[in-house]
Amino acid sequence: MPATVPTKLKANLRVQRFDPESERPETFYQDYEVEVEDWFTVLDALIKIREEIDGTLSLRCACRASICGSCAMRVNGQAKLVCKTKLDSVWSPGETVIIDPPGNMPVITDLVADFKPFWDKIRQVQPYLQPTGPEPVAEYLAPNEDMVHLAGVMNCIMCGACVSDCTVLEVDDRFIGPAALAKAYRFVADPRDGKKKERLEALNGDTGIWDCTRCMQCVEVCPKDVAPMERIMVMRDQAIEEGFSGTVGARHTESVYNSVKRSGRLNETRLAIESVGVMNIPGQLAMAPVGVRALLKGKMPSPIDHKIPSKDAVKKIVEKSEETSK
Amino acid sequence: MKYAFWPGCVALGGTPELYQSTKLVLGKLGIEVEELTNATCTGAGVLQEKNRKLGDTLNVRTFAQAEQMGLPIMTICSTCQGTMAQAQLAVIKDDGYLADINKDLAAEGLEYHGETVTKHLLWILVEEYGLENLKKHFVRDLSGLKFAPFYGCYLIRPSDALGFAEVPERETSLERVIESTGAEVVDFKGARACCGLPILFINQNNSLKMVATHTGTAKDLGADAMVTPCPLCHLNLDGYQGKAAKKNRGSAVDLPILHLPQMLGLAMGFTPKELGMNKHMVSTSRLQEQVVSPAGV
Repeated sequence: MPATVPTKLKANLRVQRFDPESERPETFYQDYEVEVEDWFTVLDALIKIREEIDGTLSLRCACRASICGSCAMRVNGQAKLVCKTKLDSVWSPGETVIIDPPGNMPVITDLVADFKPFWDKIRQVQPYLQPTGPEPVAEYLAPNEDMVHLAGVMNCIMCGACVSDCTVLEVDDRFIGPAALAKAYRFVADPRDGKKKERLEALNGDTGIWDCTRCMQCVEVCPKDVAPMERIMVMRDQAIEEGFSGTVGARHTESVYNSVKRSGRLNETRLAIESVGVMNIPGQLAMAPVGVRALLKGKMPSPIDHKIPSKDAVKKIVEKSEETSK
Repeated sequence: MKYAFWPGCVALGGTPELYQSTKLVLGKLGIEVEELTNATCTGAGVLQEKNRKLGDTLNVRTFAQAEQMGLPIMTICSTCQGTMAQAQLAVIKDDGYLADINKDLAAEGLEYHGETVTKHLLWILVEEYGLENLKKHFVRDLSGLKFAPFYGCYLIRPSDALGFAEVPERETSLERVIESTGAEVVDFKGARACCGLPILFINQNNSLKMVATHTGTAKDLGADAMVTPCPLCHLNLDGYQGKAAKKNRGSAVDLPILHLPQMLGLAMGFTPKELGMNKHMVSTSRLQEQVVSPAGV
């Protein structure tokens, strides 16, 4: 063979398949070898498989330009928009790239998931403006500077990548989840909305803002830098500011804050007691066995503050920040 | 090699065996440390919920203390490392923000110039000390044992604050250190998952499901122990494993959870007791029996 003929690059993809209409529906992996160009995205490779190798492979895609949000799926175990993911960023020659449908949603077929649970939760947070007061003559106006902080969260294209990889949804499908909570923030923080308090009250309960573990999966996988977890953190603070301070989560945050303010350090034992609630006797009793075992192992931290020598300087910094944030 | 050492509140509190084993291992490796006794809690992302800037200020205050000592910072906690890395990124990319924070530190005569960096012991071993050098101190062969890695969220996410693009080996650092001891790495999805500790008091059912899933999966794959560079993960995976297993699996998992320095200490020939392995909630006695007697010690 003349040396001038370039060897075509072949990529190996292992794709999760599922055919609900087969006699015994079950998921399995199918391996494909496909000729690729060095500029291919993962989506280019999948489309080429569908068009040239296996017309039965099902996947969702439309715009191919990371605008429509149709093609989120797992690549080597992590949710990605495959139209935005260059093949060579997740695969090198000789390796196999593994493609699964998005997680935390039922699979309809192959790489296509049922987004009904996703949309149900978006609806649950009432994703529309609810102004109060008299209707303006024209549209509801807001100054640019009041809206600019919402630009990031408005970038959400509802692709479901964050929901796919959320570690809480993995163990509890009732959790409202990162996408819907980010959408909720978009209205909680909109100066034209009149239902901020009601919204926060609804999000303050079970399955809401306090159920997030702050694992940052959603921040990591979001293809649009929406950073859902950071929005959830802001709503936690706003919920406390609105007076919803009776949750375990609110007491947990306050306990960490006050402990650092008093001593510069975390007081783990007080954190446990204060989070559960000092007057919550059943809660305290439920915690007791682990506390007793820690005590027996000689590793129960003292409930007395572990003060750092420069605690007074730290307290001044905290107090100053409280004055400025007022 | 010398570092300004920030053990973190949990190594100084709920997991004293981490502090104890770290000190032994560092001594053996000849890595000197000077403890940052005036550093504060990093806020662990919780204090930041209430006041992000205050969290950044307290962490920059710690950076400035280390900078005055002329030393880089060593952490032994994934949560501290991640929280400090996020604070560092925030001030490095915004001079105005750093100047603003430095104003609040002036009363203590502190100022951060962006020079001191913060690295977890795990990264220091891989990037600076070198695994070949590390292996020279191993006298016990741990081959035959299977260890499941468990990173802790803040040591792997968000990857931009943790410098994964610049230092790609960080992404698999724990697997590489485990392999360096001769032990086999249990490859499982849970290695990069969440331990559930942040919601332990808020939604205990969910938190315990996470503990049961990750420890149970690792055990089912043949793990003799799990190894973590995060004491917060240890609190949940060790402290609540019994309750989690009973509730979600019906039977005990009994998977010992080792702090990273405890695994290193075992390879170095320290006794399990010296490494504080008697202070765990999940018994480590079977693992202790599996560890062969130190050669030539």
